Amino acid sequence: MNGNLNYIIRRLIYLIPVLLGVCFLIFILFNVVAPDPVNMMLGKHPTADQIIEVREQLGLNKSLPAQYLDIVKSAFTFDFGRSWATKQQISTMFMNGAIPSLTLTIPAFFIATFSSIIFAVIVAYFRGKGVDLFIRVTCIAMMSISSLVYILVFQYFLAYKWGLFEISGYEYGFPNFLYYVSLPILIWVVLSLGPDIRFYRTLILDEIYQDYVRTAKAKGLSERTIMFKHVLRNAMIPIVTYTVVQLPFLLLGSLLLESFFSIPGLGDMTISALNASDFPVLKAMSIVSAVAYIIFTLIQDIVYTVVDPRIKLQ
Amino acid sequence: MLKQNTINDVRGAMSPPKKADEINTVLKDRSLWLDAWHRLKQDKIAVVSLIIVLFYAVVGLLSAMGLLAANWNEVVGPSYAPPSADYWFGTDFLGRSVSRKIISGTQVAMSVGLISSLIAIPIGVGLGACAGYFGKWVDEAIVWFYTTFSSIPSIMLLMSIAFIIQKFQVEISEVFGANFDIGLFAVFIALGLTSWVGLCRLIRGEVMKHKNREYVQAADALGAGHTRKLFKHILPNVTHIIIINTSLQFQIAIKSEVILSYLGLGVSGQPSWGTMINDAKEELARGVYWQLLGATIAMFVVVLAFNILGDALRDALDPKLKGKS
Repeated sequence: MNGNLNYIIRRLIYLIPVLLGVCFLIFILFNVVAPDPVNMMLGKHPTADQIIEVREQLGLNKSLPAQYLDIVKSAFTFDFGRSWATKQQISTMFMNGAIPSLTLTIPAFFIATFSSIIFAVIVAYFRGKGVDLFIRVTCIAMMSISSLVYILVFQYFLAYKWGLFEISGYEYGFPNFLYYVSLPILIWVVLSLGPDIRFYRTLILDEIYQDYVRTAKAKGLSERTIMFKHVLRNAMIPIVTYTVVQLPFLLLGSLLLESFFSIPGLGDMTISALNASDFPVLKAMSIVSAVAYIIFTLIQDIVYTVVDPRIKLQ
Repeated sequence: MLKQNTINDVRGAMSPPKKADEINTVLKDRSLWLDAWHRLKQDKIAVVSLIIVLFYAVVGLLSAMGLLAANWNEVVGPSYAPPSADYWFGTDFLGRSVSRKIISGTQVAMSVGLISSLIAIPIGVGLGACAGYFGKWVDEAIVWFYTTFSSIPSIMLLMSIAFIIQKFQVEISEVFGANFDIGLFAVFIALGLTSWVGLCRLIRGEVMKHKNREYVQAADALGAGHTRKLFKHILPNVTHIIIINTSLQFQIAIKSEVILSYLGLGVSGQPSWGTMINDAKEELARGVYWQLLGATIAMFVVVLAFNILGDALRDALDPKLKGKS
């Protein structure tokens, strides 16, 4: 356990250079490469005074190293200043956007993961048989259609034509939001099934060819007992660790679904920021997602040792 | 011996994972590539996929040379004419033939895959090989670099890069001329710069394994330098990873082009499947489904072919990875 603790501390320290790197990448993109945002904000014919004033406000008259330090500071304090487009505090915008995003992504994620695992177990159980081939072919076929097509077709038929769901929009409060998020959730689940079933199937098949399965068979256990008591339990280790890294993306919402269905979450906020050339929001979004990603990969490693005591982190 | 060969070849086609290794031991006299080709050839679906991919490539090439669907911009009928014997996939808002637009869009789809691969492969292979081969601080620096890159969700990075390139419209059109398609250029660069990390990781791991093998030690003993060992001896042994990865890269690129079109960061000067699917946002409510349908079918067939081909290539070239995604 001592070795693990050392590892975790080292990983926590390693967080710092990665975070500095992320800040540097964002700095290069938005502060060095990107054209001067002042022109975009003030339209075609700004006066010299206006330009100076706006540059002052945005902190663009500082030297480049100072601008980089500003980004680094914001990554550690989570104080990203104000949005250029809405003039709101970005941290407040994050708080407001997180709830609609989570009402969409959390149920969607759990339904998608749960149903994918069930399908994967079925597919692995019937490996090499017709059912297996059929589901695998369906998965590849489903993955070959653009996600935008699913959104367009599902919205057109299920919401517009048959009126089963709300076409778009959002309402706060339970159970009102359910009317609005159920169609996006359905689309999310359909989109995830293809890649997820294929992935979980591989994880389960990895276990099926292990020695302990042969032993269980030799003992005379039924296929079903082997599948659920032995194989699935062991396959849960990679499955759980895989799902943990996906968690931060739930907070960030779904760019496409939220903006398409006008759900005022973080994904929608990002797309609006993109359309409005709202650099601070884009930067903040990149930093927050990177921080979340880094932390959750660390958590993934820790979870790995908890669920599988054989693994020692070095 | 010969008889056993053929039996194994036939079984190798569709049989479960573990068989591939057996074939390897039986077919010792064949080179890796010939061996892989023989295995791929057994898989009829993979061969069909390869033919489909080649067909799309030819269509794309012909339309890029102006030999096919060069007149896509021509008005051939009324606005939004439904599919009929005259116009197989109907017409768009301006009365242009949707089938011609689909054919012309092949060019964008294939070039997006090709050029983003041409950008991503040198970066991924170069950095991955250096990290794996030299180790120590070189490795640490490169691992830090790609960890940084992969920490930002690729869609955010893709969006941001495409967005920033598009802001340079004036400057870029001064260099490349007014007819230069800045949208397409942005898609190329953004996709190329965001898709090298996976390849880099794989190459790094593989080169690490290879650099301590006997054949490299033998080359070392014969006085081969770093460049020779890396380029002449190690890299040819990891080429299969690049090929498998390129097949995946094509389908990711084709699908990403649609998303970028939706975000208003896509191709502007010529038809693309992405813009056609995106146009359906406004069209569907009016009952105009044919642009969406046509572009989706065209895309579905080629992406499916790349998906199947990618899996088949992986099984044929790298039996150890069989079934992994």
